[in-house]
Amino acid sequence: MNRDTKFNVIRTTISILIALGISFVIIFLISEEPLEAIKQMITGPISRKRLFGNVIELTIPLIFTGLGVSIMFSAMQINLASEGAFHIGGVVAAVVALNLPMPGFIHPYVAILFAGLVGALFTFIPAILKIKTTANEIVSSLMLNYIALFFANYILNYYLRDPGAGSVASFPLPASSKLTSIISGTNIHIGLIIALLFTAGAYIFLYKSKMGYMIRVAGQNEDFARFSGIDILKVILISQIIGGFIAGMGGGIQLLGLYRRFTWTALLGYGWDAIIVATLSKNNPLYVPISAFFLAYIRIGADIMSRSTDVTPEIVSITQGTIIILIVAKQFLAKYKHKMVAKEAKSNIDAEGVE
Amino acid sequence: MSEMILEMKNILKIYPNGIVANEHVNFSVKKGEIHALLGENGAGKSTLMKVLFGIERQEEGEIYHKGEKIEINSPHEAIARNIGMVHQHFMLVPSLTVAENIILGVEPKKNKIFTDMDEAVRISKDIAQQYNFDIDVTAKIEDIPVGTKQQVEILKALYRGADILILDEPTAVLTPQETKELFEQLRKLKDKGHTIIFISHKLDEIKAICDRLTIMRNGKSKGTYETKDTSTEEMSRLMVGRDVFLTFDKEKSQPKETVLKVRNLCHINAVGTKKLNKVSFDLKTGEILGIAGVEGNGQSELFSVLTGLIDSYSGSVKILDKEAKEMKIKDIRDLGVSYIPEDRMIYGCAEDMDILHNLISDKFDKEEFSSKYMLKKKDIEKYASKMIEDYNIKAGSYKQNVSMLSGGNIQKVVVAREFSAKPTIILANQPTRGIDVGAAEFIRKKLIELSREENCAVLLISADLNEVFELSDRLAVMYKGEFSGSFTDVKNVTEEELGKYMLGVEKDEELEGITYE
Repeated sequence: MNRDTKFNVIRTTISILIALGISFVIIFLISEEPLEAIKQMITGPISRKRLFGNVIELTIPLIFTGLGVSIMFSAMQINLASEGAFHIGGVVAAVVALNLPMPGFIHPYVAILFAGLVGALFTFIPAILKIKTTANEIVSSLMLNYIALFFANYILNYYLRDPGAGSVASFPLPASSKLTSIISGTNIHIGLIIALLFTAGAYIFLYKSKMGYMIRVAGQNEDFARFSGIDILKVILISQIIGGFIAGMGGGIQLLGLYRRFTWTALLGYGWDAIIVATLSKNNPLYVPISAFFLAYIRIGADIMSRSTDVTPEIVSITQGTIIILIVAKQFLAKYKHKMVAKEAKSNIDAEGVE
Repeated sequence: MSEMILEMKNILKIYPNGIVANEHVNFSVKKGEIHALLGENGAGKSTLMKVLFGIERQEEGEIYHKGEKIEINSPHEAIARNIGMVHQHFMLVPSLTVAENIILGVEPKKNKIFTDMDEAVRISKDIAQQYNFDIDVTAKIEDIPVGTKQQVEILKALYRGADILILDEPTAVLTPQETKELFEQLRKLKDKGHTIIFISHKLDEIKAICDRLTIMRNGKSKGTYETKDTSTEEMSRLMVGRDVFLTFDKEKSQPKETVLKVRNLCHINAVGTKKLNKVSFDLKTGEILGIAGVEGNGQSELFSVLTGLIDSYSGSVKILDKEAKEMKIKDIRDLGVSYIPEDRMIYGCAEDMDILHNLISDKFDKEEFSSKYMLKKKDIEKYASKMIEDYNIKAGSYKQNVSMLSGGNIQKVVVAREFSAKPTIILANQPTRGIDVGAAEFIRKKLIELSREENCAVLLISADLNEVFELSDRLAVMYKGEFSGSFTDVKNVTEEELGKYMLGVEKDEELEGITYE
């Protein structure tokens, strides 16, 4: 492990510890039974199989959006449309599931494929706007998320809605379209395996392929990449299309793995959370499942805590926020790093002196 | 003790990337002297002065001002101690006037709220007159010549009450004539009792103007000497660490086929300034064409046109008989053109990636290093190891991030990548700027080797006169976007002569030998 990696690991760990510390202090301030609350938050998710299952179920969508965002951020394309791509992926999967009858072994996968393709098409919009009009992708992708939401609402209301259902919901998804559950007693579905396969795939793509190399160089220094003859337009397009594809797939998998009907009438937030996941994993796909698991764990922990004590689950937002601020704050621990570097340099000087 | 106005003791400064810029340096200045801080680029002169001026904080060591131990944590505190600094790169607002720049931050006030511009002009005129600077204080900075900008910087420091003045390589951007003028003014400042610290690596200038000198090499002080007792030979020996001044034995060039043909090249930049005006020249394989000139006279734009970064130009640029405008950067590279960019941190590398990734940015898609979709890890690693060895890059391994290397080693990474691409044409823009002498010499040798043994065509753009003289087979001078002179017999050109063309005092309309027609 070189000095930089070591420093990053230390920094991330300390950030997480400080953030948890702050959250615990707040719990002590507001709660009648702080120790019980903290205990529930930390040990709750592993107290029962079903609860741990919830953690994994929440990890799966975070892995998909996290991978999508990691690839786009690696190219320094701050496309925030993974939220919309995820949502639209869900509605597309619902459309395929309800309207294209197929045998069970292929049905969900066709639906997921379509979800991915439409997700890719969706994140392609900010990319092509950037290339053709130099529109900043942050702004356009942010706005597009609402278009995704209301487009999905439209499809749901006019084409999928079951008038017999008590609330706004589609007709029930056929059994042939559902993803198989893989662990009894939980809702963990085959999406977990797909997520891990895509993690490996995204890593190989980003770190072993020619295209991945181009994406990373352009993301680190666009001028240098252009000067080296790398096609920047291609990087902008491909990174965002692939990012949207994976996020869209995630939406489809989420729907077919956990839902009986399509009921999403608000954005679910997995695309936003993906920014936390990508930041924690430094845009490296290999770390995405770990970060996603961590985030899911504290979320479920906070939920359990709020059910059995007087602390609200929103406390976890404070934890998340603090972690992100500490990780992106460049000066945090910069002095410590400088001391580490200075010490090394000084010992080199001293060693030379002895010779 | 008491005659020393300023003393720095045992200064240790280590940069965040681990580079030891000052290794227990001692430095002291007498009141009323001009004291030279002498050393090659990267020796740690600027860093020492940044510590003194409060821009950088030392790890260890003390600073004494008039015998009193002081802490300087910011330029504000330095200015409060009457220390002023003129930076190598001017810190002026181009769209404001001279007077506005001088008073910026310490404005005279009208009714305690508004800046009193009349007063500002009066103050500026006064101070200029007091120190015999002939400046129109109502002119805008962007309209005045470099030499005058520097005078404004000096006035700025004086207005803030500086009696110790640090000048960081003040002559680097000046023509010989402007340098003379500057020296006159510095002598007058000295007569008025000011103390001047003069950072430079030009020996004759130090001989001409400084009373004492401190030599730095590799982050260490090599002692302080009286200028009159020290010969330039001795200075250079202490500075470079060897007795020889570098001159290269290069064989006579044997130009072969023309690979670069530029005719009537004109370029107007985005704000409407004419940056290139009717530039024409030829470059053949097997020769080195040097382009000298004060920076900012169109060299960067010329380089950008040739590399494909700029495609808005008139005239014709034929690279191996193909028009540059019709090609993408990639196409030009594929013709066998390699580049050393002027700013290595922007165009030369991705500093947060490792050496290996920086070495293959132009060739990762070649058959040697990748299949249809995937990179060939083993082959790339083998190549990276070879480059580190061949180009003597001082690094732990190719997995080290480029940001952890010294300037000279970063430049070696750039050069290794570009030279190993088997180029037909090499376009080098300030290839050795700001790097240590060893690395610079290495790169210069390589350029000669490539032109003589590998039959490369080399275009060398450089503001370093020594470099242009040493390497060029033919030489052109750029001034205000045009060639103002050309020489085919480089050995018999003097610096004085070149200076005149650089300044635009003389202009050669014939430009003999610049093309092969």
